[in-house]
Amino acid sequence: MTATLPVQTVTAPAARRRTIKPTLVIGLLLLLLLVLAALFPRLFTPFSPTDFDYTAILKGPTAKHPFGTDNFGRDVLSRVIHGTRIDLQIAVLTTAFPFVFGTLLGAVTAFRGRWADAVVGRIADLVVVFPFLVLVIAIVAVLGPGLTNMYIAVSAVGWVSYWRLTRGEVLAQKRAEYAQAAQVLGYSPARVLLRHILPNAVTPAIVYLMTDMSLGILLGASLGYLGLGAQPPAPEWGVMVADGKNFMVTAWWISTFPGLALTLAGVTFSLIGDGLADALRPRA
Amino acid sequence: MNTAYVVRRLLQIIPLFLAVMVLIFTLVHLIPGDPVSTLLGDRATDEIVDRANRELGLDKPLIVQFGLFVVQLLHGNLGESINLKVPVLRLIGERLPVTLFLTVYAAFIGILLAVPLAVLAAVKRNTWVDALIRGFFQFGLSLPVFYLGLQLLTLLGARLGLFPIGGYGDTIPEHFSHLFLPALTLGLNLAAVLLRTLRSSVIEVLTAEYVEFARAKGLRTRVVMTRHVLRNALISTVTLLGLNIGALIGGAVITETVFAIPGVGRLMVDAIFSRDYPVVQGLTLVFAVLVALVFLVTDLLHARLDPRAEVA
Repeated sequence: MTATLPVQTVTAPAARRRTIKPTLVIGLLLLLLLVLAALFPRLFTPFSPTDFDYTAILKGPTAKHPFGTDNFGRDVLSRVIHGTRIDLQIAVLTTAFPFVFGTLLGAVTAFRGRWADAVVGRIADLVVVFPFLVLVIAIVAVLGPGLTNMYIAVSAVGWVSYWRLTRGEVLAQKRAEYAQAAQVLGYSPARVLLRHILPNAVTPAIVYLMTDMSLGILLGASLGYLGLGAQPPAPEWGVMVADGKNFMVTAWWISTFPGLALTLAGVTFSLIGDGLADALRPRA
Repeated sequence: MNTAYVVRRLLQIIPLFLAVMVLIFTLVHLIPGDPVSTLLGDRATDEIVDRANRELGLDKPLIVQFGLFVVQLLHGNLGESINLKVPVLRLIGERLPVTLFLTVYAAFIGILLAVPLAVLAAVKRNTWVDALIRGFFQFGLSLPVFYLGLQLLTLLGARLGLFPIGGYGDTIPEHFSHLFLPALTLGLNLAAVLLRTLRSSVIEVLTAEYVEFARAKGLRTRVVMTRHVLRNALISTVTLLGLNIGALIGGAVITETVFAIPGVGRLMVDAIFSRDYPVVQGLTLVFAVLVALVFLVTDLLHARLDPRAEVA
């Protein structure tokens, strides 16, 4: 939802002294934890995420149910852990297409395209004039609520950032000596672009990908909260926050824990993003 | 600022608006499900549905509908809400001030938090103060708006009773108190977005040669800070706010839903669930026009504050 693009220029393949910051390590460890929870949720959860238990309705946190139970007696901890799979899937699937498509399109239009560059530029101008969330929910409204349609909607809009980042970077790299040299050597344009220029121009897009994954999770959860994303009874974190919103005063745990899980996932990706930005930034 | 630049920038808006209209029109007409049948319910006969479609002009070819849509738009007519039977423009006119109030209030809170903290973090860069400020806002950036809103609403509104729970109120003082929590929610989020970029731009100014020179010629720190550093920080803030207007509007849509505020954001969500085509269409258009105008104003302001920007 936000528009801070970490723009940075990368000088060609000079020797880099890379620094690994503790934030990157912490971020990666947290990611490992999230991935484990997503792959093997049953290792961590004693209960099913969807089974009702009418003998344990709206119970506060206890040793048996550390995060309490909801209004159907479902174990909140189990739902939060099972939700990891859905929300990580949202992070990956809201960004995969925009990243690949936007980056390649940016590379090609910057490298070769006079009219193509102008056309894509106008389309990008059109897309950014709509508030991101408004356009996404308008598209989801057209296609119908649900995760698949949300992925389509985000993909239709999200490529613009990657296109911009990569386009600017390739325009700069194209004039670098090594790129000129590769062209003089007679390599095909495709080879010069894909083998020589793109590897040196993709860093900003990769760094942004991490930020974008955390934005993707927030967006997916926001749509889930509004009722336009994942549909109940799926244990998606945004949906769970919405499920518990009417019980905030009497049973705070239903909404609070999935919200904390969301925040943790967001922090994880932005730590990795910041750490990557530092690690990949060339030092003089 | 030369006139040619202003004229060129204004002319760019026209094809953009045309494209916006085509996009919105196409989008809304791809919506599955027939609004008329939905509205009339299961008991409506085919004949009644046909008549309603004719009255609403939904039986004509798409291209004709688009032509009519543009002609109506040029007359300032956005159509009529299918559910509420009220002109869309009037509906938006009634609700837009609420959303504008909320966004300006939120922007104010956001700037009030972000600018001093960014300057503080920049001055004390790489100390624990800096780390604390950045850590706090890093966390804030990861906190979903709807979740932060819900927690503030429960804690400060419902439990402690410090603020009204949702709604908009009737008088201006009431607006300020009713919208405080939603504006705080949005403002905190905005501050988190602004802080990161502002901090680096303040550091850039602090280490610039002209600031070193100002210091070297013996100007007091306070003068250097207000005349050079803050001034430049505010220029970046204007640009950043402009760039983030879309995010702010998106945030308003969610915040209004959480706090039950009768603004255009909530109207949009309601309209989507009730398949009220003309309202969704009108609102998307108004949002796009609003963002385009803010971009325009930001560009012009930026060109005025920094003459180098006109070249771009």
